Amino acid sequence: MLNRRNLLRGLGAFGCSAAAHPLLTTVTLAGSTGSALGDNRLVVIILRGAMDGLDVLRPLGDRDFAAYRPTLSAAESHDLDGFYAMHAGLSGLLPLWSAGELAFVQATSTPYRTKRSHFDGQDLLEAGTGPDLPISQVRDGWLNRLLQAVPGLTAETAFAIGRQDMRILRGPAPVLEWAPETAVDLSPQAQLLLEQVYHDDPLFQAAAAEALMLGGDGAADMADMAEMDPAKVLRLARRGEAGRLADFAAQKLRDNTRIAAFSLTGWDTHKGQANRLGQSLRQLEQAILRLKSGLGAAIWGKTTVMAMTEFGRTVAENGTGGTDHGTGGAMLLAGGALRGGKVYGVWPGLAEAALFERRDLMPTSDVRAWAAHAMRGLYGFDRGLLQDTVFPGLEMGDDPGLIL
Amino acid sequence: MSAGGVAFRFGYGLPLAAGAPTTADAVLAALAGPDEMAARFAIPSFAWQHARSSEIARSKKVAETDPSLAARITELDKDLDQAGFRALRATIARAVDAKDSFRERLMAFWADHFTVSSGGREQALTPATFAEDALRPHLAGRFGDMLSAVVHHPGMLIYLDQARSVGPNSPRAKRRGGGLNENLARELLELHTMGVDAAYRQSDVRQLAELLTGLTYDARRGSAFNAGFVEPGPEEILGQVYDGKGEAPIKAFLTDLAVHPATARHIARKLAVHFISDSPDQGMIEAMARAWLETDGALSAVYAAMLRHPAAFAGPAVKARQPWDFLIAALRGLGVTGAQVMDWPRERLVAVAILPLRAMGQAWKSPAGPDGWPEDIESWITPQGLAERIGWAMRWPEILGALPDPTRLAQTALGERASAATLWAVARAETRAEGVGIVFASPEFNRR
Repeated sequence: MLNRRNLLRGLGAFGCSAAAHPLLTTVTLAGSTGSALGDNRLVVIILRGAMDGLDVLRPLGDRDFAAYRPTLSAAESHDLDGFYAMHAGLSGLLPLWSAGELAFVQATSTPYRTKRSHFDGQDLLEAGTGPDLPISQVRDGWLNRLLQAVPGLTAETAFAIGRQDMRILRGPAPVLEWAPETAVDLSPQAQLLLEQVYHDDPLFQAAAAEALMLGGDGAADMADMAEMDPAKVLRLARRGEAGRLADFAAQKLRDNTRIAAFSLTGWDTHKGQANRLGQSLRQLEQAILRLKSGLGAAIWGKTTVMAMTEFGRTVAENGTGGTDHGTGGAMLLAGGALRGGKVYGVWPGLAEAALFERRDLMPTSDVRAWAAHAMRGLYGFDRGLLQDTVFPGLEMGDDPGLIL
Repeated sequence: MSAGGVAFRFGYGLPLAAGAPTTADAVLAALAGPDEMAARFAIPSFAWQHARSSEIARSKKVAETDPSLAARITELDKDLDQAGFRALRATIARAVDAKDSFRERLMAFWADHFTVSSGGREQALTPATFAEDALRPHLAGRFGDMLSAVVHHPGMLIYLDQARSVGPNSPRAKRRGGGLNENLARELLELHTMGVDAAYRQSDVRQLAELLTGLTYDARRGSAFNAGFVEPGPEEILGQVYDGKGEAPIKAFLTDLAVHPATARHIARKLAVHFISDSPDQGMIEAMARAWLETDGALSAVYAAMLRHPAAFAGPAVKARQPWDFLIAALRGLGVTGAQVMDWPRERLVAVAILPLRAMGQAWKSPAGPDGWPEDIESWITPQGLAERIGWAMRWPEILGALPDPTRLAQTALGERASAATLWAVARAETRAEGVGIVFASPEFNRR
């Protein structure tokens, strides 16, 4: 059996000093301050599967709407401004609407127009590039390109949360990545030995260093769960994912993190939409309410949440009580830093000639422009940087005044 | 080429089972031979499942007044529930025991290519019966036969919403309403065959959705072609007109689609990406696509073109073992047998496999969308994903049985791939369990 001194001698023999240990590097990172972006917080939620913006934010004031959607348009909703009504699945957010902490953008989309593929659509949404660049050639996401321009950036400034890959944060700028339920419980020696094993494999080295740094952080203990009834464990593992992601984001944002991103799934409502969309909206509602309570009033006042999706869905209901892949969609914004209580964007109308390819809501704005204005409002980024680097080729247009 | 190369790239790793093939030709010969694992560890068919689910559907109404029927429903529900967990045990057992691991790897590849999700319910049987019926018989057969089986299988018809899609001008729509659902039509072109970059348009998707009307499934009546759902008239897809009565035009279209050059190329590339590298050798893809087109989609010829290409065993291990591969390789390394796995109680199955797979990012049969699991190593070797692998490696071997000697395990499970750093660390572990854990947590064990 080795003791610690033998181990250190072993390390020396292996030609590696303690100072070069990857773990120590990450501890240094974690100890430094991450306020290069100032005090404002940004949370980006990717809604994977194409949220039906016309069901979430129903244009009941448009006289053509009900005819396209005989069953969906009749379901319960809450009037917002006499023209738009909000899906009842978000009713818990009504107080935010009244307080000016909730807003929507209607009839917006990325520049994606060709194939209505979820996967290409999401890739483009997260890459933030235009149609001129083949998406397979873009490796980094737009939040990462933004971070690359932040002086004094530390890894914990931005956090990708959850087990879904967040391409939006991929790229050369350092970001942290974690799923809240993960636990690492290693003996000190096993940890030191693993650092050696991973030393010459950069991918494993970086992942392990981050895991060891974050692992002890109040994570749920799988060992405890093993004692429980398996059915109960499975239910616990499945339910409340949105709330757990939001709680973890809030915990990090109260600290040195300024930008967090995670994703919610369950939006691809080809059939039985009346039921399915409500369930997914309850998840989104829970994520926003838990962010608000977790951050506390002062930080919530400096926070903007942007929930965006790869595209909208067909204007007409399909044959199975759902909707198929479309183009123009909606974006949801929340937070105390927001000028809310308002629906942004230009309504294109629903007459057949006004539709995109005579089937989809015509986009009247670029999702990226709203994101760019929000980031400019929150952090004061230069217009040129946003239009040339973060979202290459974007025309931001006039400031809509999203941020207070 | 080496035994290790075959085992890591085209199997579930080392140590190889006695009599396992160690050359490309032997791998192909084994695949052409009998499917021993399917016989030894049975997975039920959808027909078996349907017999029970349809009896439940028929009895529900009557059961309100007849308590004996209520008890029968409970019993059938329990049957289905247990069969779901048994199917997972059998899938693990096949992979652990198989001499021709390539067959089991192919099964996993095609089950991912033609994803049918369980919707997050671990016991849900449909993805397993779907794969058993529609994929397993065709693993080394003709792609067109597999495609046809997939498009007709209730598992896929339900998962991609085809079952309720109705032609807008069909007799059924005129009588009771209903309309098209584009979901299967789109994914059929985008994911299952030509790929998103191929030359098809929204109008092709729409026309294909009209062509597919009639393919349906009803829990009470079973899978059927329902002529009443069919959109009347011909459809033009990819410049070809498909017309006729019944299923004939659907069959004609699928036959063309299966041997379309875009399909050959898309799937040749996908196979090479899955087995070898995210940036596979272009010459290999061309050889595979050529074999595809020369043989009208004979998959064994396509695999042969891949395995016999010089790039098949060249280059470093740049792919990650996905969590499923990790779990199977670790169980094999520990000497766990298929028979032992079949005897695991449900608690063990949940604790050793279901929860860890979920935590590592690959919940059993539950990818987020019909595009299945990601291929790139960066999606798997994440901080949380690696943390869960380390946690499994350190914790479970000890509970699963007698721990092997760590140094010996490093040789049997890693072979010539064992790095100096790993051998060094394994020898210095404080406990046998940690030594074993280091072997399974090492980069060379997690790469392939």
